[in-house]
Amino acid sequence: MPFLQTLAAGASPGSPPSVPPDGAPATPVVVRAVGLAKRYGDALVVRPLDLEIRGGECFGFLGPNGAGKTTTLRMMLGLTPPSAGTLTVLGFPVPDRAREMRARAGVVPQQDNLDPDFTVRENLRVYGSYYGIPRAILETRIEELIAFAALESKAEAPIATLSGGMRRRLTIARALVNDPELLFLDEPTTGLDPQARHLIWRRLRGLATSGRTLLLTTHNMEEAQRLCDRLIVMDRGQVLDLGTPRELIDRHIEPYVLELSGEGIERLEQGVPEAGALRAERVGDTLFCYARDPAALAAAARTRPEVVAVQRPASLEDVFLKLTGRDLRD
Amino acid sequence: MDFRPPRPSRRSVAVWRRNALVWRKLWVPSLLGNFGDPLLYLLGIGYGLGGFIGQVNGMPYVSFFASGLVCANAMNTATFEALYSAFTRMAMQKTWDGMLAAPLLLDDVVLGEIGWAATKSLLTGSIILAVAAALGAIGGVGMLAVPPLIFLTGLCFGSIALVVTVVSPSYDFFLYYFTLAVTPMFLFCGVFFPLSSLPAGARWVTSALPLTHAVELMRPLLTGSVPEHAFRNVAVLATYAVVFGYLAVVLARRRMIT
Repeated sequence: MPFLQTLAAGASPGSPPSVPPDGAPATPVVVRAVGLAKRYGDALVVRPLDLEIRGGECFGFLGPNGAGKTTTLRMMLGLTPPSAGTLTVLGFPVPDRAREMRARAGVVPQQDNLDPDFTVRENLRVYGSYYGIPRAILETRIEELIAFAALESKAEAPIATLSGGMRRRLTIARALVNDPELLFLDEPTTGLDPQARHLIWRRLRGLATSGRTLLLTTHNMEEAQRLCDRLIVMDRGQVLDLGTPRELIDRHIEPYVLELSGEGIERLEQGVPEAGALRAERVGDTLFCYARDPAALAAAARTRPEVVAVQRPASLEDVFLKLTGRDLRD
Repeated sequence: MDFRPPRPSRRSVAVWRRNALVWRKLWVPSLLGNFGDPLLYLLGIGYGLGGFIGQVNGMPYVSFFASGLVCANAMNTATFEALYSAFTRMAMQKTWDGMLAAPLLLDDVVLGEIGWAATKSLLTGSIILAVAAALGAIGGVGMLAVPPLIFLTGLCFGSIALVVTVVSPSYDFFLYYFTLAVTPMFLFCGVFFPLSSLPAGARWVTSALPLTHAVELMRPLLTGSVPEHAFRNVAVLATYAVVFGYLAVVLARRRMIT
């Protein structure tokens, strides 16, 4: 079962990665965007974006709703024509040769579009036919994908009987039917319960270690932190920063965070900086204090024993909220 | 708008086959449903009303009507498939979105859908031919040439209906198309009565409509004679299919590739 071994054991995927242009480093550039932008009327939904994504990377687009993540992904798939800039994916100019590029990519859309007229197995079979995969290869691969999605007991079940987590797993399995080098995932775990989410994260990590390139949009910080090697934070069509999760945290946030909540937070806001925390920010009835030295924070907490104090290391969520603000996005 | 000529590939067959696989699961109720209506028309109008009319154009009214009904049914079947079923796949089930994430272009999807609409015309049309022939309403060797012409008629009306589908915000919109196009063609393109009884102005209008050409082409073949303007009729139907097929691709791009 070579395909399953590929999925499970972390060998490189069946088809060779795209050939790098001469003089390029060993890991090929899978996506190259130069000045890529999208405008609808007067609204600039993606501001000119320069980006290089390398083979084998799990690359994240992190941003609130309306940040331009999905539009960026659709441009890379050739489903949204860019207003400006050039784009090469897997060595193919997109959108001009998007069809050839998509033959070597897989897509997990934000909204499931599994075929409700078919069973689990038929969904994989019919989707495989869109790639023109020979029947014999397809049939073995389908067995492996059903196992990958942990849907053995549901193989002959209609889609309507699947839970949200099962549908998502099937959608991911369907995106692997052509053994793609590059996987586009648009908010792969949105709306799932924690159990379902963790299983999908495990599967995605497995795919990443098998040498595939993963491109993922999310507004789930934990997901970004667990899965992404590098990510960009986007808001209102603009890239705010790019780096590894660690780099982003180090660049924008002090390493330690203390959250204080309870009565009299307003008064505390004045006292905290003096007590040693470098920076404090109040949101509702919680005071967020950021510091390089955890002892300073602990000292700050001790000044008011009546408030609830939680100390934790800085996370991507702190970066996200600092860069994109705390306003509601609807 | 992207007016570039469509570049469909062999993969459009996969779109056609997907629809055929769904149909195969439900083919008995589907055929009965598609076939019930025309059979009732044939009995009620062809035999019932026909009994009072007697001969039309030198043939029994039931033959006149049954041969026209074969054409109208080809129109209706392809129209329903390319409107309601295609709209469901495009807008509700997002089946088209799934296809577009694979190495398919909208050009393939549109071609596959039109081809499938025509195939459904052919499937139900064949049964109606068989039943009408068994009842003795139609017959003759010319009948053998009719199935491909039903398919062509299905391509023509499938293309037109798909244009309506890709510009429709909802199912409700289809009612305009039925009231303004399908029903007038059903009534005034020679299915129920000969066009010679229309005033000159109306005849001029109906002569531009595709169903008129389908009837002119297939009625003689089903009633033991030879069509007078077969080449012209085929050319008109094919032109409608190509022009509206192209429009469907361009307008589908406007809707989906944004």
